Amino acid sequence: MQVEKFYYDNKIVKAFGYATIIFGIVGMIVGLWAAIQIYYPAISLNFAPTTFGRLRPLHTNAIIFAFVGNASFAGIYYSLQRLCKARMFSDKLSWIHFWGWQLIIVAAAITLPLGLTNGAEYAELIWPIDIAITLVWVVFGINMFGTIIKRREKHLYVAIWFYIATWVTVALLHIVRSIELPYSLTGSYSWYAGVQDALVQWWYGHNAVAFFLTTPVLGLMYYFLPKAANRPVYSYRLSIIHFWSLIFLYIWAGPHHLLYTALPDWAQSLGVVFSIMLIAPSWGGMLNGLFTLRGAWDKVREDPILKFMVVAITCYGMSTLEGPLLSLKGVNAIAHYTDWIIAHVHIGGLGWNGFLAFAILYYMIPKMWGTDLYSKKLATNHFWLGTIGIILYAVPMYWAGFEQSLNWKAFTAEGQLKFDFMETVNNIKGMYVIRSIGGTLYLIGALVMTYNLYKTIAKGKFIANEEAEAAPLVKEAHEKKEYWHRVIERKPVMMLVVSLVLVAIGGLIEIIPTFLVKSNIPTIASVKPYTPLELQGRDIYVREGCYTCHSQMIRPFRDEVVRYGEYSKAGEFIYDHPFQWGSKRTGPDLAREGGKYPDSWHYNHMYDPRSMSPGSLMPQYVWLLDNKLDISTTPAKIRAMKTLGVPYPDDYDKIANRDLMQQADSIAGNLKKDKIETASNAEIIALIAYLQRLGRDIKSAPKQPLAETTK
Amino acid sequence: MKFIHYIEKISGVGVYGLISLTIFVLFFTAMLIWVFKTKKKTLTEISRIPLDN
Repeated sequence: MQVEKFYYDNKIVKAFGYATIIFGIVGMIVGLWAAIQIYYPAISLNFAPTTFGRLRPLHTNAIIFAFVGNASFAGIYYSLQRLCKARMFSDKLSWIHFWGWQLIIVAAAITLPLGLTNGAEYAELIWPIDIAITLVWVVFGINMFGTIIKRREKHLYVAIWFYIATWVTVALLHIVRSIELPYSLTGSYSWYAGVQDALVQWWYGHNAVAFFLTTPVLGLMYYFLPKAANRPVYSYRLSIIHFWSLIFLYIWAGPHHLLYTALPDWAQSLGVVFSIMLIAPSWGGMLNGLFTLRGAWDKVREDPILKFMVVAITCYGMSTLEGPLLSLKGVNAIAHYTDWIIAHVHIGGLGWNGFLAFAILYYMIPKMWGTDLYSKKLATNHFWLGTIGIILYAVPMYWAGFEQSLNWKAFTAEGQLKFDFMETVNNIKGMYVIRSIGGTLYLIGALVMTYNLYKTIAKGKFIANEEAEAAPLVKEAHEKKEYWHRVIERKPVMMLVVSLVLVAIGGLIEIIPTFLVKSNIPTIASVKPYTPLELQGRDIYVREGCYTCHSQMIRPFRDEVVRYGEYSKAGEFIYDHPFQWGSKRTGPDLAREGGKYPDSWHYNHMYDPRSMSPGSLMPQYVWLLDNKLDISTTPAKIRAMKTLGVPYPDDYDKIANRDLMQQADSIAGNLKKDKIETASNAEIIALIAYLQRLGRDIKSAPKQPLAETTK
Repeated sequence: MKFIHYIEKISGVGVYGLISLTIFVLFFTAMLIWVFKTKKKTLTEISRIPLDN
């Protein structure tokens, strides 16, 4: 048969590769900056865009979507063409994908520091950007499926399955999570409220880890590891089982982020069971990766690419064992809200994602420039800097998490809490310092890589279009009836549908009942919608990213009830669009903050947290004292909330600002009594109104029995 | 307008869960049967795809 000559497009891989390096380094610098702020708050520069609450979303978004995202795209565009023996379907679509994605990143880098956010972790980007992501994702999908359809290779190699599952599931996750009601060009409220919003959020959040940080990277592992080791994967059978069980089980595990919260118990248990089951496919994948190197460990000693891969795969195994363990309720009771979780995600982020991204860059760049790596020694140094960096990052965070949790839970013999919150923070400050040293080493390693790759590029000559040959695919006459799986495995569109059905089943079962059964979310008669001023204050709370350090969810533990007050009930959050339960307590829980301190305490505390609580790590929020509250948005916000089902009276939007001013004047009056002169239209007034409202609804309710009615 | 009002109108929605689980178990069993019945030669051939380019 006549072989066809064609060319692989290396230019698009180069573009995504460069973007990986640039945004990786930016994301790491932002992360380091945020990490230093935790023990040295002044480095926030008292400048709103660079405070922790705004940098942290910038860091997570940059690392997830810009660094790992671009690395995955680079690896996918490189491997997909070669696995399909075909050039990408359309160069034009490739470039629309590339520039579209980079514009989204730039838009994120501008909007997040400006405080434009949805307030949902890893889904912070505002609604116009959400729409752009959807469009670019569709372009990527058409390009990928177009390539697969015009392929010259009969079988779809397992890496491609992982890419397909990634595409399908991320599309589903992104759309469901982003259903929101805009009230302005940049602002919107989540369609869901309270417990439902939390469930959707962690179904999304957990599966963003699964299908943006894990499945594409596993696909890369299944391609680049055999390439680098020059031997096929240990067991292809295992890789098939790995694939199907992973994509099915992952989708259910989200609720393990909400253990002991006000989430219904059945959903929590479902999350735990599936999380434990996840160990099997994850470890199947890890062992498949490591066993691929059996008999080739001598190569690992010499080849820095394999070194990076071995540590990456090991970190994958470690964090996928740790994840299920953390989802056991007993372990979770200790780990949740602490730095333990930060350690856990960084084993995955720095070890698995980062190291695999470095490995494929070290592999692809010399190949595409037709040369060898400039310096193996520098690459090995990078490997050690990175590895020591990970250890110095993770170990102190495990320690800090464990220590702080035990401190929180410690009681004296007399039955009093042994430590106040500030003491538990001060005890672990040193750990934060060591963590940032670890992060610095990791960053230096990445810079060393950049230099090494730059020198490699300088000595090689870029092969923009790489020549290849293969016979075209001919339609075979099927004499025997084939196994159905082989049919699926060869047909990408059917593969797409089957994966979608599998992940959709998990998603639906998990989410539908919460929407469905009224008794799942008992409403409480005394819980009332926010006043217009409180609503504005809440939006400031979201804008400043307070949820990155403060939870609003008191779990039913003795220490939490003693420290913060009555544990949180699902019915308290029915008007929270979006929910603000948070996931980390760098500062104390705020679920029952309302009424704990006078208004003047909050005013002074926002101006300088350390004046009210010495040793506090919180940044100063001086601009809240000067900024004028924009009340022109109030009617639109009230209308949006009403559309979402919050029971404001009819036509309330027209008079909302009158109530707002009244409440603001009364808070300004309170402050005046404490000798603080402030205009009643300052943003701080709205924030104080919100903070003073937190958790008060059920306090004002008549005691016993709580009237539980249905909404 | 709340989401909750849409889904609660689906009648007999409880059976969805059962159907889903059945689909999964059947699919998974079929996958395992296929995986272990496929000839080693085919699998080896597929697993060599990355190395052939």
